[in-house]
Amino acid sequence: MTIEAMKPQPLSITGSRRRTVLGLLAALAAFPLRVLAAEWNKPAFEAHAIPDALKAIGATSIAESDKIELKAPEIAENGAIVPVEITSRIPGTEAVYIIAEKNPQPLVAEFDFAGATDPFISTRIKMGETARVRVIVRAGGKFYATAREVKVTIGGCGG
Amino acid sequence: MADQMKIRATLQNDVADVKVLMFHPMETGLRKDPSSGDIIPLHFIKKVFATHNGKTVLDAQWSQAVSKNPFLNFRVRGAKAGDKIAVGWEDNKGEKASIETTLG
Amino acid sequence: MRKPASRPRSAELIWRRFRLVVAAILAAATCSAVAAPEDDRTAFIRHYQERFPGVPLDNYVDGALMLSTDAKSQFDSIMEFPPFQSDLDKGRALWETPFANGRTYAGCFADGGRNVAGDYPRFDAASGKVVTFEMALNDCRRRNGEKVFAYGDRATMGVLTAHARSLSDGMRMNIKVEGSDALAKYELGKRFYFTRIGQFNFACSSCHYAHAGQILRTEIISPSTGQATHWPVFRAGDNLNTLHLRIRRCMEQVRAAPFPAGSEELNNLEYFLAYLSNGLPLRASVYRK
Repeated sequence: MTIEAMKPQPLSITGSRRRTVLGLLAALAAFPLRVLAAEWNKPAFEAHAIPDALKAIGATSIAESDKIELKAPEIAENGAIVPVEITSRIPGTEAVYIIAEKNPQPLVAEFDFAGATDPFISTRIKMGETARVRVIVRAGGKFYATAREVKVTIGGCGG
Repeated sequence: MADQMKIRATLQNDVADVKVLMFHPMETGLRKDPSSGDIIPLHFIKKVFATHNGKTVLDAQWSQAVSKNPFLNFRVRGAKAGDKIAVGWEDNKGEKASIETTLG
Repeated sequence: MRKPASRPRSAELIWRRFRLVVAAILAAATCSAVAAPEDDRTAFIRHYQERFPGVPLDNYVDGALMLSTDAKSQFDSIMEFPPFQSDLDKGRALWETPFANGRTYAGCFADGGRNVAGDYPRFDAASGKVVTFEMALNDCRRRNGEKVFAYGDRATMGVLTAHARSLSDGMRMNIKVEGSDALAKYELGKRFYFTRIGQFNFACSSCHYAHAGQILRTEIISPSTGQATHWPVFRAGDNLNTLHLRIRRCMEQVRAAPFPAGSEELNNLEYFLAYLSNGLPLRASVYRK
C-alpha cells in the first residue's frame, strides 16, 4: 500500500488540509487501494515558473530527444481545446508530462504507464496564449524532452 | 454513474485502444459567472486511473488546464476479448466517477 | 418591289404569331422563376472556385476549415469523440420521448425523420411562408398538443435539432423554389444577404462573398456556399449555436439589431442560403472554434 498521504504534515492542519486528508482516506476506502499510486503533485502543478515545476517532478537534467513524437496544431482553433498526441519511442518510458510554457501554471498533466500500456497518450488541453508545448518523458529514471510551438489566437468575429 | 463518462474500446490483435470522454467542467477558477460577476470556483479532475482486469495500467495527475469534458486515449497491450477495462477519476472536491467496459 | 412568297391566310398568320408570342412569354416567365436561384447558386460557386482552385465542392461544408489542413485535422480529432456528446444524448432523449398523447416526432415526418432536413426550408403555399425544419418540429409539437419551443432556446430547440438534424447526415441539400410566391421569398432572403446593415454598414456579402478565404480579426472568412449545411454547431466544443443564433451574432457583430431566431427575415435568408448549398451533404452537430 503506497499511501503518500502519510508524509509529514504541518503541525496545525488547516480546515482544507484536513478535508483533503479525510477526503483522500474516504476515496481510498472507495477505490481499490493499489490504483492510487501517487498523491497529486501539488508543488509541481501549482508552480508558476517552469524551473519550479521541473524541479517538483524531479527533472533536474533533461536531454532533448527526437524520439518523442508530439502532434499538436500549428495554430490552435481554440485555445480551450487543443488536441495533443504523444508517442514516446524512448525504450523504458515510464511517464509523460505535458507543459504549456506560458500557462499561469505550466504543468498541465502527468501520465504514468504501468503494465503493458503503450507510451502513447492523446488528450486535449487549454492554452492561454501562443507558447511552446513541451513534452517530457521519464524513462529509466532519466528525463527527455521535445517541444513545439502552438499559436493561439483570440477569435475576432468568431466570438 | 450515469452520464459522467463514456468509453469506447476497440481491440486490434492484442492491443486495446481505449477512448474516454469525461463530463466535467474543469473550471480554472479564473472565469467569472456572466450574470453575477462572481468567480466560478476551481473545480477540476486531479487524478485519473485506468485498469485492465483490475490491474493498474495508467495513472494520471491533471491540472485545471486539461480541457473541459476531458478526452483521453491510451492503448493497452496483451488484451483479449472478454477483458475488462475500467477508467475512473477523482476531482478536487473529492467527487469520483468510473466506468467499465468489456473488450469485444 | 418584292413579290411575297406564297403565304397563309392573314388570320392564320396572326393566330400563329399570337401563339408564338404567348408561348415565348410563358417560357420566359417559367424560366425566370426557376433560373434565377440556379443562376445565383452557380454564380456563387464559380466565384469561389476561382478563388479556391482545387477545393472539391463537397469540402465547402467545412467552411473555413476547407482552407486549412491544420484546422481540419483539429476538427477531425475532436469529432472523433466530441465533448458535446452529452448534449447529443439529451437531444436524442427529447426526440425519442413520446408526447403526452403517445405519439413521437418520428411520426410527423417521412421515414421516421430520416433524410428530411435537406428539404427545408420549403415554401408552404397554404400559409404563403417559408417553413424551416425547426418550424416543422414545432408544428409537430403543436399538432400533438405540446407547447412549442422557442427558436432561440438552446436547451430545447437547440438540443432537439442537434439530434433531429443528424438523422439527415449525408443527405444532399434539396431546396426547391417553385412558383412566383416562393421566388419572392427567396428574393427577400437574397436581398437581405446583399443589404448593408448595422453601424459597420456590412452586408453578409461584404465578407462572405467578397472576402471569403481572407482573414478578418484572425479568422478565415467562410464562403456562403456550404454555410447552411452544418447546424447546429458547438463552438469551442460546448456552446450550441443554431444557424439563426449564429446569424444573430453576425448581425450583432456588425452592430445591427438582430432579428429574432425564427423570424420571417431569418427564415427567408435561410431559404436563400440553403438553396446556395443545394447538392452539398448535410452534417449536423459539428465542432467549431
